[in-house]
Amino acid sequence: MKQLDTVQKRLIEEVAGLHDIPEGAYNFRANGESVGRQTTANIDIQTKTDVSGIDIFIKPGTKHESIHIPVVLSESGIKETVYNDFHVGEDCDVLIVAGCGIDNCGNQDSEHDGIHRFFIGKNSKVRYVEKHYGSGDGSGKRILDPTTEVYMDEDSSMEMEMVQIKGVDSTQRTTLAELKAGAKLVVRERLMTHGQQNAYSVYKVSLNGEASSADVVSRSVARDDSYQKFDACIVGNAACTGHTECDSIIMDNGRILAVPSLEANNIDAALVHEAAIGKIAGEQLIKLMTLGLTEAEAEEQIINGFLK
Amino acid sequence: MLELKNITFTSGSDDGNVEIIRDISLTVGDGRFVVVTGPNGGGKSTLAKIIAGIVPCTSGQIILDGTDITDKSITERARLGVGFAFQQPVRFKGLTVLDLLRIAAGRELTVAQACEYLSEVGLCAKDYINREVNASLSGGELKRIEIATVLARDVKLALFDEPEAGIDLWSFSNLIRIFENMRKKDSGRSVIVISHQERILNIADEIIVIADGKVIRQGAKDDVLPEITGTDYSTKVCQKMA
Repeated sequence: MKQLDTVQKRLIEEVAGLHDIPEGAYNFRANGESVGRQTTANIDIQTKTDVSGIDIFIKPGTKHESIHIPVVLSESGIKETVYNDFHVGEDCDVLIVAGCGIDNCGNQDSEHDGIHRFFIGKNSKVRYVEKHYGSGDGSGKRILDPTTEVYMDEDSSMEMEMVQIKGVDSTQRTTLAELKAGAKLVVRERLMTHGQQNAYSVYKVSLNGEASSADVVSRSVARDDSYQKFDACIVGNAACTGHTECDSIIMDNGRILAVPSLEANNIDAALVHEAAIGKIAGEQLIKLMTLGLTEAEAEEQIINGFLK
Repeated sequence: MLELKNITFTSGSDDGNVEIIRDISLTVGDGRFVVVTGPNGGGKSTLAKIIAGIVPCTSGQIILDGTDITDKSITERARLGVGFAFQQPVRFKGLTVLDLLRIAAGRELTVAQACEYLSEVGLCAKDYINREVNASLSGGELKRIEIATVLARDVKLALFDEPEAGIDLWSFSNLIRIFENMRKKDSGRSVIVISHQERILNIADEIIVIADGKVIRQGAKDDVLPEITGTDYSTKVCQKMA
């Protein structure tokens, strides 16, 4: 594996929580090229030949293995689109950690658009963690436009944790999911924007099979002059249950548009949506101040807790 | 020692200014357990909030251990040793009971230390320590956690605004025990409790009756309690529950 520099190491630590080379399968990508890869007996990683990206094949019955695929950009002016396909066999139980860190000290925009597709076999369980992080004080923007597509076979389950807390100037996230009978999707999104940042998050989850279920929950904080749009649609095409929730805190001149929507195409579809936006309640600040925190410290504690 | 000198509080309304606190002066000595009682709307909660800095007084002076704290912020007063338990505790999405106790203690509490405070208020610690302080907790549970946040702090002056409100009969005995423990400890800590409950009034060193924004009676428990027993200022637990 090629040597990573300090900036790249720091980015990898932020997005994948890795200090060192992980156990299990991995593929590291830095500044547009693959810099390290490891496969295991059960997990194979192949470079795509038609477009930039990789195919990850997980053999049926693979249990308790993990795959890390962090991406870092530390040169200004890189724009890339990467296609990663995960083919998860039947009866698997795996952890997939993705994430992208951009450090842009230059004046050109850096952009990484990851298109992830998951094909999850029957009875398989996948936990997916994706973190986005930006740093660098250049005038070039740090842009991440991820697309995630999830195709879930019968009785499979997927838990997605998506986090973007700092430093990404512009993001347009699209997540599409199609669920067969008995499949279960849980999404936990946490987002904080500041400065002039913009973040759009669009979900379309189609519950196509009987007893399929989805729970899509977003918690977000918009500070300074940032803007967020959360647009989550759950479509019930069978006897299914779906829930979507957007819970947001606005601060300073932050703005948020929440558009939760539901579409029921079957009499036995049970769908619920909730959305709440507001500033931090004054009484919450007062309570923490009576415990000895300053107003700014109280705000920080409330937001940290909210986004935990 | 807490001294209030000529405290007034006036609130603006459509009909002009309304006087809520009218020239209250009083002293609470070190290690004293004082219960403030009186009819609803008489200004008791407002007075407690003025002491904690949540509501600024219109005029007057507040002295804590010789320091004038009248112009100090909520945070500064908290750091000088003022603790306040809200009548209606606040909920926090995401913050856990342990987080809140750690903030209160101002240090990295171990789980075992945090559990002590929870056990003290009659909550089985392992069931609660990692729970969020959100709408999933009942009013009574929140109230006990609220009291635990004051216990976790090393305060010189603890203010409790109607601690019994929303607490069931079983935990009521527990509450009395907490107060008795607080006074037993030879800490010199002063405790002010706003309450109508006879059993709380009964463990006071001193009782202050506030009505219509004024102190109408102040004295030792044995002198004041017989005068007010059976009135609205002092209610038996069961009456209030019914």
